[in-house]
Amino acid sequence: MSLLELDDVSVTYRIAAGEVPAVRGVSLTLDSGAALGVAGESGSGKSTLAMALLRLLPKDARVGGRILLDGDDVLTMRWGRMRAVRWAEASIVFQGAQHGLNPVRKIGDQIAEPLLVHGLAKPDAARRRVTELLEQVGLPAWRARSYPHELSGGQRQRVMIAMALACSPRLIIADEPTTALDVMVQAQVLSLIKELVAEHGISLIMISHDLSVLADVCDQLAVMYAGRVVEHGPSREVFHDAKHPYSKALAAAFPTVGDPASRMAPKGLGGDPPDPMHLPGGCSFHPRCPVALDECATLDVALWPAAPGRTAACVHARANEEVS
Amino acid sequence: MTSVAMARRRLALSRFWADFRRQRAGVVGLVILIVAVVLALVAPLFIDESVTSVVTGTGPKWAAPSLDYPFGTDESGRSILLMVWWGSRTSLLIGFLAALLSIVIGMVVGITAGHFRGWIGASLMRVTDWFLVLPSLVTAMVLAAILGGSTFTIIMAIGVTTWPTTARLIRAQTLAVEARPYIERSKALGGGHWHITTRHVVPNVAPLLLASTTLEVASAIVTESTLAFLGVSSNKTSWGTMLRGSYDWGAPTQGAWWYILIPGLAILAVVMAFMLAGRALEAVLNPQLRRAS
Amino acid sequence: MTAPLDALEPAAQAAGSAEEPQARRGTLRYALSKAAGALFSIAMVIVGTFFLFRLLPGDPVRNLAQGRNMTPAQLDLERHRLGLDKPLIDQFFDFVGDTLRLDLGTSYEYKRPVLDLIGERLGPTLLLAGTGLVIAVSLGLWQGTHAGWRHGSRFDRFSTGASLVLWSVPTFWLGLLLMMVLGVGIGPIPGLFPFRGIESIDAPDGFAYVLDVASHMVLPTLTLVAVVYAQYLLVMRSSLLEEVSQDYVTVARAKGLRDDDVRKRHAVPNALLPTVTLVFMRIGFVVGGAVTVETIFTWPGLGQLFYEAVSVPDFTLMQGTFLLITVAVIVMNTLADVVYHMIDPRVRSA
Repeated sequence: MSLLELDDVSVTYRIAAGEVPAVRGVSLTLDSGAALGVAGESGSGKSTLAMALLRLLPKDARVGGRILLDGDDVLTMRWGRMRAVRWAEASIVFQGAQHGLNPVRKIGDQIAEPLLVHGLAKPDAARRRVTELLEQVGLPAWRARSYPHELSGGQRQRVMIAMALACSPRLIIADEPTTALDVMVQAQVLSLIKELVAEHGISLIMISHDLSVLADVCDQLAVMYAGRVVEHGPSREVFHDAKHPYSKALAAAFPTVGDPASRMAPKGLGGDPPDPMHLPGGCSFHPRCPVALDECATLDVALWPAAPGRTAACVHARANEEVS
Repeated sequence: MTSVAMARRRLALSRFWADFRRQRAGVVGLVILIVAVVLALVAPLFIDESVTSVVTGTGPKWAAPSLDYPFGTDESGRSILLMVWWGSRTSLLIGFLAALLSIVIGMVVGITAGHFRGWIGASLMRVTDWFLVLPSLVTAMVLAAILGGSTFTIIMAIGVTTWPTTARLIRAQTLAVEARPYIERSKALGGGHWHITTRHVVPNVAPLLLASTTLEVASAIVTESTLAFLGVSSNKTSWGTMLRGSYDWGAPTQGAWWYILIPGLAILAVVMAFMLAGRALEAVLNPQLRRAS
Repeated sequence: MTAPLDALEPAAQAAGSAEEPQARRGTLRYALSKAAGALFSIAMVIVGTFFLFRLLPGDPVRNLAQGRNMTPAQLDLERHRLGLDKPLIDQFFDFVGDTLRLDLGTSYEYKRPVLDLIGERLGPTLLLAGTGLVIAVSLGLWQGTHAGWRHGSRFDRFSTGASLVLWSVPTFWLGLLLMMVLGVGIGPIPGLFPFRGIESIDAPDGFAYVLDVASHMVLPTLTLVAVVYAQYLLVMRSSLLEEVSQDYVTVARAKGLRDDDVRKRHAVPNALLPTVTLVFMRIGFVVGGAVTVETIFTWPGLGQLFYEAVSVPDFTLMQGTFLLITVAVIVMNTLADVVYHMIDPRVRSA
């Protein structure tokens, strides 16, 4: 049985100017112990989707569909149950290099906090667990007494990972865990995540704009554009032989670390991501698509089988299948 | 060239107005402001200084509001309505001029401190911080007491004690503007200090100055009334001196609520109006400033 | 198990063991530099006061004597008494020397040493301003926190609106209104609290005296609090708003903390530090409020003494109280700065 099942999930922000659809009908499944990568540009809805999994979105966001975690619908859970699920069953690794850690509290206290909140350990045991966790991520035990600003970006990211492991969750959601780190540190952090997830049999959802990183860590890959999954399949296949022109462009882009411009607009892809309030008609990618046909402006293609075990939302993808 | 710049400016102005109109509280503030200023300007067409004279006060003393005296009378039988109207001229004049003085000092110091880094900037900031720490009301009282009370001294006293916040704001903005690439280009092309500050820095800090002037006028009006209430005033009838009179003549114990309420409400209305307009300006201008940077 | 990838680990550990004393030394150095800055500011105040009272346009004695009938001979006598007939440089050194010896001169009005007068008035001011500050800070921070946490809510809109009104209201006018409504009473409603002075004329002894003073404190304190607390509320609200959108707050929620705990354990400690500093940085504002409030309610404190000095006018008394108030504000500011540095881990080792 799958650990996580998303069934037609949609997220709409209601702001003064109207409704902004951020996620539009996403269905995905994640098996126990598996790793799923979600790729896309900023504004593709990937982070919104991640936040929706634990109902962490602001109040002005409307979430539709079903999010089944171990068969329980997260969206209809009572608050008490929701809080119990948070971190104990699914935890999140944020961009710790930025502001994911509380600047005025010691690292050890922040790692121990979920253990104490969920009543999983007494203070003494929690302290021992913190030492253990810090060792697991390659940090010395005395770091527990440090404040976040005393650590480097890579060290903070390790702390974020140690924190996510604290309650031995079954699922970890990693939202851009390597953004804003330099290349060497990125590689270290990635291999750390890979190793720990494999070692503890934890399922992983990793979110990134960088297809190569996801292909390296995850088994399955979903590419999102304008709030929808446009391609889904085994990660190596999607990375090396993308069926959707957008995935192709993402795969061809090697974002330069530290250069935000390359993150926003992958190489070989002109134009900006669409304004979610005024999505283009037909296939929402067609204005930027290098191989768009006339019909793309009116025909909104749903995900359909593109190859064995793979789906894509592109007219060309079906054409390929018919040919093969 | 100039006509293009003009057209662009006109476009920016109309967009700004469209944005401002969406701030409902700001529009309300602006309307109250315009009404208050117009009333103060046209006052001499209807009344004159004599409404504040003790001798010509003809009404009954301590009269409660009635048809003859809509806002009642004071201890000498003067009409509160007419005095508030006439007094608005002094209050608004001092408020505007003191704010202007404060903003001009703040702008000059702020731009200089931001433009000339190194020891000039550092020592200017030192002086600014020193002024910032001084308790401004107390300092203004001493200044006004020593210089003697006149409209000019009150304006000086308020202006000289309130500029440091503006100076800090403008310095930060100057630093931000001068960090932009085109300033570098302008320097490379031989733009001198005067050229860079007047052509590039001033136009960029101007919107911010407008918002902060508006808020500054509000606080200057409050300060003026407080100084007048505390006995250091310009000797002309203002809302502050009226309230001083009400206190001296024991209006609270006389139960003459109108004598206290009306001048105070006048202050409150005008100050709130400036505050609302200023905050709306900030709300409209800030995203634009951010977008421009 | 992953081997520690921290290449710098041994060195870092060594640095870590020496971390505590290092931080303390940093704080001490910071405190010393701040104290030096404060001393410089105080020196500037002393010099500034000297010139302010002597070099400004117009003859200080004539200005200060306005409204009183004085013969030229009397004016000369007054000048001599104040040492204004000596060369300026001599006056300056006399003044600095006297001030450093805490000799603030003799009051013209009271014919007594200024320092003694200040000593008498210090207690009531500390009582009033201290009580007012404690109430204003706790109330303002509490309400600001809740308004910022639920921003856009009815509570928030009410709080922000009320603060803006209170901020626009001149302190003295609010005092007058409170005096009229709660002190004198309006129509059939009798006055509830005394509004003149610090104690009744026939003040009782013992505990009853404490109650008497407390009831005299109600109106002045209320006025002071109302005006000052609005500022604290707005500052706390906006600094909490900045924290609410930070990632670490989302992390805290994701950890399964209750909403109240996210606020109390994570958002508030971060918002509190800059707010409290700002609160004490603006202590001068409270001083201005105290002068006004003491004047209205004839509270026998420093503020009222200063007001008397200005309205008499009493040259030496004004100078002495001005110096004292200003120096006190500078010292408080410096203390706030140093304490902030000590308690905020972010700036402590930065």
